[in-house]
Amino acid sequence: MIDLIDVTKSYGKGLPALNHANIHVDKGEFVFVVGSSGSGKSTLIKLLLKEIDSTSGKIIVSGEQLEGMKHARIPKFRRKLGVVFQDFRLLRDRNVYENVAFAQHVLNRPNRVIKKRVPEVLTEVGLAGKYKSMPDELSGGEQQRVALARALVNRPEILLADEPTGNLDPKTSVEIMKLIEQINNRGTTVLVVTHNREIVNYMRKRVIMMNQGVILSDEREGGYREA
Amino acid sequence: MRPSTLWFTLKSGFKNIRRNWMFSAASVLTMAACIFLFGIFYSIVNNVSYLTRRLEEEVPITVFFVEGATPDQMSEVGKQIETRPEVARMEFESADEAWEKMKEDYFGGSSLAEGFKDDNPLINSSNYRIYLNDITKQNALVSFIEGLDYVREVNQSEQAANTLGNINRIVSYVSISLIVILLLISIFLISNTISVGIAVRSEEIGIMKYIGATDHFVRAPFVLEGILLGLVGAAIPLVVLYLVYNRAVSYILTRFSVLNNVVEFIPVTAIFRTLIPVGLVLGLGIGLFGSFFSTRKHLQV
Repeated sequence: MIDLIDVTKSYGKGLPALNHANIHVDKGEFVFVVGSSGSGKSTLIKLLLKEIDSTSGKIIVSGEQLEGMKHARIPKFRRKLGVVFQDFRLLRDRNVYENVAFAQHVLNRPNRVIKKRVPEVLTEVGLAGKYKSMPDELSGGEQQRVALARALVNRPEILLADEPTGNLDPKTSVEIMKLIEQINNRGTTVLVVTHNREIVNYMRKRVIMMNQGVILSDEREGGYREA
Repeated sequence: MRPSTLWFTLKSGFKNIRRNWMFSAASVLTMAACIFLFGIFYSIVNNVSYLTRRLEEEVPITVFFVEGATPDQMSEVGKQIETRPEVARMEFESADEAWEKMKEDYFGGSSLAEGFKDDNPLINSSNYRIYLNDITKQNALVSFIEGLDYVREVNQSEQAANTLGNINRIVSYVSISLIVILLLISIFLISNTISVGIAVRSEEIGIMKYIGATDHFVRAPFVLEGILLGLVGAAIPLVVLYLVYNRAVSYILTRFSVLNNVVEFIPVTAIFRTLIPVGLVLGLGIGLFGSFFSTRKHLQV
């Protein structure tokens, strides 16, 4: 589902942000990418989203090679991905329902589909009773649930999560991770970038550890070790 | 585009305006100010060139014929002059008409002129008075006429021609430069205002792009917003100018009553026949291109 073959990303002189990285993620897998800041985690997410281009190497996501992909093709490619961020990135002036429906409008879905699908996904993430709440009226955990609902509403093949628990307390972090695990159990491939040691150790999933752009280890049911 | 997507785009466009009402108001006011200035200037320039055109038309060339020229020969000369494009209209005055006019003008119909009886002292005064549509071409026309057979003399007012020609030239140079400057300033101000408005929403644009929105989908509400603001920004000064124009004209004519018989202003309807479409196209164009280009750099996500 995700393949990085000898991928390097340099932003100029100095050490590359990603240095000859090789990663293979199968369909339906749950993978943590861990490392301290500057380890290359964010660069990895940006590369997978085709926000930036690699300097060398080959990236294949969901059957599409990202090198040489035309600008006009990028939106269609991104529709196969769902993304959540540490800061939730919700539209502050729209309520929960509108934030999720927005992702369907972007894909040109007809209204009848939107009216059916949005409540479905909001129920899935446990926000059935909060359609009309504004983001500022919700707790951090609830806001991340809305972000997850928005990421999932278009049934993506892959969920990319960039520090999804970075702004949450430990209890809420576990709840959000459990929710992401449920999503994974339904067949969505999940890649979570984090430096939350407790969560990684608690979940016992595959862990790819990075440091200064280099992949240090890749373990099934791994834990968070010091680099 | 599906109807639901079109509706969503329209709604987003209006929402953008409402949510960012301060930027929207700033864009509209900037545009309104520029188009207002443009309108004032356009009206002044048009009235000045209208006035000089009218004055030009009042400065004729007079053509006299050689002694003994027959009416047929004179009419032949007239036909040749008439073919020239710079000729607006021409009047023929026979020797008898010239004498009748002189009697009327100088002797006031008194018996003083009776002494001449049927002996017309202006026997060689048959002439054509030629009015030009472009006074700068006067010299060319005079040389052409001087080259014709049966023509004895051509009288022209070179000084009037030069002065009016110069006024016309200055007015067109100044008007073109001011219009260009005004356009550049308004495009700069408006694209700046729109970019600030869009920069505020760059996060929203980023979210749309991550979800998989096409550039076209992201841009549509902003462009729609730009067009709407452009049209409103053009409509306001057009209405104000319409109301102000007649008042300004009647104020000038009452304040400077001496101008009443000299100056005639272009009617407001004639000015607005051009100003309305030009103003609306300017507003629409600036809004459209301003928002189109301002969104471009935010789409590189």
